[in-house]
Amino acid sequence: MNFYRSQILICGGTGCQSSGSIELVNTLKKEFKKHGIENEIEIVVTGCFGLCELGPVVIVYPEGVFYSRVEVKDIPELVEEQFVKGRILKRLVYHESMDEDKVRSLTDVEFFKKQRRVALRNCGVINPECIDEYLAFDGYKALEKILFEMTPDDVIQIMKEAGLRGRGGAGFPVFMKWQFAKNAIGDEKYVVCNADEGDPGAFMDRSILEGDPHSVIEAMAIAGFAIGSNQGYIYVRAEYPIAVKRLCIAINQAKEYGILGKNIFGTDFSFDLDIRLGAGAFVCGEETALLNSVEGKRGTPRPKPPFPANKGLFAKPTILNNVETFANIPIIILKGPEWFAEIGTEKSHGTKVFALGGKTNNTGLVEIPMGTTLREIVYDIGGGIPNGKKFKAAQTGGPSGGCIPAEHLDTPIDYDSLQQIGSIMGSGGLIIMDEDNCMVDIARFFMDFIVDESCGKCTPCRVGTKRMLEMLERITQGKGEEGDIERLEHLAYEIRDASLCGLGQTAPNPVLSTIRYFRDEYEAHIRDKKCPAGVCQALLSYVILKDKCKACGICAKKCPVNCISGKPKTPYEIDQDQCIKCGTCMEACPFGAIIKA
Amino acid sequence: MSQAVKTELEENYQQLIEIIDKHKGERGALIPVLHEAQELFGYLPLEVQEVISDGLGVPLTEVYGVVTFYSQFSLTKKGEYKIDVCLGTACYVRGSQAILDRILKELDIGIGDTTEDGIFTVNATRCIGACGLAPVLMINGEAYGRLVEDDIPGIIEKYKS
Ligand SMILES: Cc1cc2nc3c(=O)[nH]c(=O)nc-3n(C[C@H](O)[C@H](O)[C@H](O)COP(=O)(O)O)c2cc1C
Ligand code: FES
Repeated sequence: MNFYRSQILICGGTGCQSSGSIELVNTLKKEFKKHGIENEIEIVVTGCFGLCELGPVVIVYPEGVFYSRVEVKDIPELVEEQFVKGRILKRLVYHESMDEDKVRSLTDVEFFKKQRRVALRNCGVINPECIDEYLAFDGYKALEKILFEMTPDDVIQIMKEAGLRGRGGAGFPVFMKWQFAKNAIGDEKYVVCNADEGDPGAFMDRSILEGDPHSVIEAMAIAGFAIGSNQGYIYVRAEYPIAVKRLCIAINQAKEYGILGKNIFGTDFSFDLDIRLGAGAFVCGEETALLNSVEGKRGTPRPKPPFPANKGLFAKPTILNNVETFANIPIIILKGPEWFAEIGTEKSHGTKVFALGGKTNNTGLVEIPMGTTLREIVYDIGGGIPNGKKFKAAQTGGPSGGCIPAEHLDTPIDYDSLQQIGSIMGSGGLIIMDEDNCMVDIARFFMDFIVDESCGKCTPCRVGTKRMLEMLERITQGKGEEGDIERLEHLAYEIRDASLCGLGQTAPNPVLSTIRYFRDEYEAHIRDKKCPAGVCQALLSYVILKDKCKACGICAKKCPVNCISGKPKTPYEIDQDQCIKCGTCMEACPFGAIIKA
Repeated sequence: MSQAVKTELEENYQQLIEIIDKHKGERGALIPVLHEAQELFGYLPLEVQEVISDGLGVPLTEVYGVVTFYSQFSLTKKGEYKIDVCLGTACYVRGSQAILDRILKELDIGIGDTTEDGIFTVNATRCIGACGLAPVLMINGEAYGRLVEDDIPGIIEKYKS
């Protein structure tokens, strides 16, 4: 084993890789060599730290200096200062993490202060491609503990006392599913991990798989022991190449170490794992559709009952849990159910990971104790709304969820309270919208997604959502009619009640919640033919402000359809009938004399 | 058809047989085989589906049914560079629709189409996990973030030569 005087952690999550973190690693290696210090400093490529907005993120230990948005051209200077001269390169330090001249501990930085890392405990801390690092952080100790000290019933009892609920969206108690599957009769049973992450604006599960794949593997083996299964499947989206690669590495390492396979730790418990790739179908996140897909079939849902716990994969008893649900399990076993139950609110224990995106200053991955308010997430962790704009709504639960308006910013986040205000916890997508976002357009966006993704098996979902989309499109194009809102609501309830699976049953939620809180915006589109947020192109017009126009003619030259005319010294004018609303003139005007109205 | 092309195609079919043999007998083998076949051929023409159907003993109708169900599988050949514009929620609220529209306009094609010269295929994808950089697009796995519309011509130009 080598001893290093310093460690440099570089985020290798998808976000930071997109901003060039891998080139950084290569350049670092070269620079270290140049100074002859390559054996003194360890480079660790980790999973996501959470602050993707500031990527690529680099942390140097033992000092704990947090550098953000580091570029290749900064590396020579960084190496020279930080590692050769031993001085902090202030210009690159994330400003929040410095207090005067002192480095603040990361846990004191606003973004991290209110977070509590349980499921993400190892993400950004260990090298996910190295099982030894996981082992050094108590990895596979939970599996060892249950194999030698517990019965399957003990394990299920721990899940019950901890009160762990599924993190994939519905919040179903983990122990119940496991109990059903344990009691079910079958010569073979299966453990399946849902890593299909279908919410179009979310990446929590992906980050866990990229940053800490072993914790999911360990938890699946624990589940296998609890229900009496020897075979697990992880169903991952094919769109997640880095996650798939790290999972494969992790599974192979675990097999080499004898942690997966026959007679684990010399006991008579055997457990094996295989990966199955999704192929781009949102409905496959639904558990029965997912099972069909693992079986190599079209991913259409099955009617329930029978429930998977009795008749699941290959018609055998099966449990299915989400990635984040699994990631919580090893630490619950090690620290005990009481420890876990103390985090969060009375009915929702533990933490929840959210992919915070959209209009906040900090975006990225956040993990908060249940019961944290939306306000704390948006303003304390997220750093507020950029450009002095006003908060308008937060979207949770993706296409199955809803929009939460400003009046509910102080709602503590847990399964039940979110449901009460017309949204759902969902799997963890959390998109913040400001006054420039049109709520009718957002409803249309999600309905468009659903129409695309409806598997077509049942009529209410296949045909009903299409009709809803057509109505929404009409409204955003200024062709809405009196009574459309009521028609939308009526159809929404029918689809909700009559669809076969969760996709259709929840598909109307974004529409219903935006009507509930932003009815006036729908009315403005329908009655006044106006889009208050200025998003819906068909309802906009560009006008030239007479008192600001200097008659320079630049707008007329730039207009692609030549619909702006004017003479020197008199203000120019736009022919509204010919205008295609491309906005080129507004961008071109050097005096800000053209506005959207 | 030149000799070289022919042998490459033959080689691919040879490899396909190996892929099928590797997965034969596995339960739920069809989708993994389709993934690997698409990797090999770039798409899944009917002839390839026939070989898979014979090899795995799955009726061709079922193979075709699965191929057409999943959006990852393609029946047509894709361009050399695949431009995927993220229309995930975070990107959408930060204006990725305008980015997509601009690309389609610059290349003069529709969504899902390939340019006539076979260089570009444009698609819309869901969240690629880089929301912090929204709006984002990917070209053959390389990501471009914090985009504004006027970045587009330059990016396209880079790949044209
Ligand atoms: C349309 C639809 C999409 C879903 N997508 C996902 C998903 O992407 N990830 C996930 O974990 N669960 C998803 N679910 C929920 C699963 O059906 C299932 O409840 C969950 O994976 C169970 O795991 P948990 O109890 O650990 O949450 C989806 C459900 C529906 C109806
Ligand atoms: S929504 Fe585009 S990267 Fe996440």
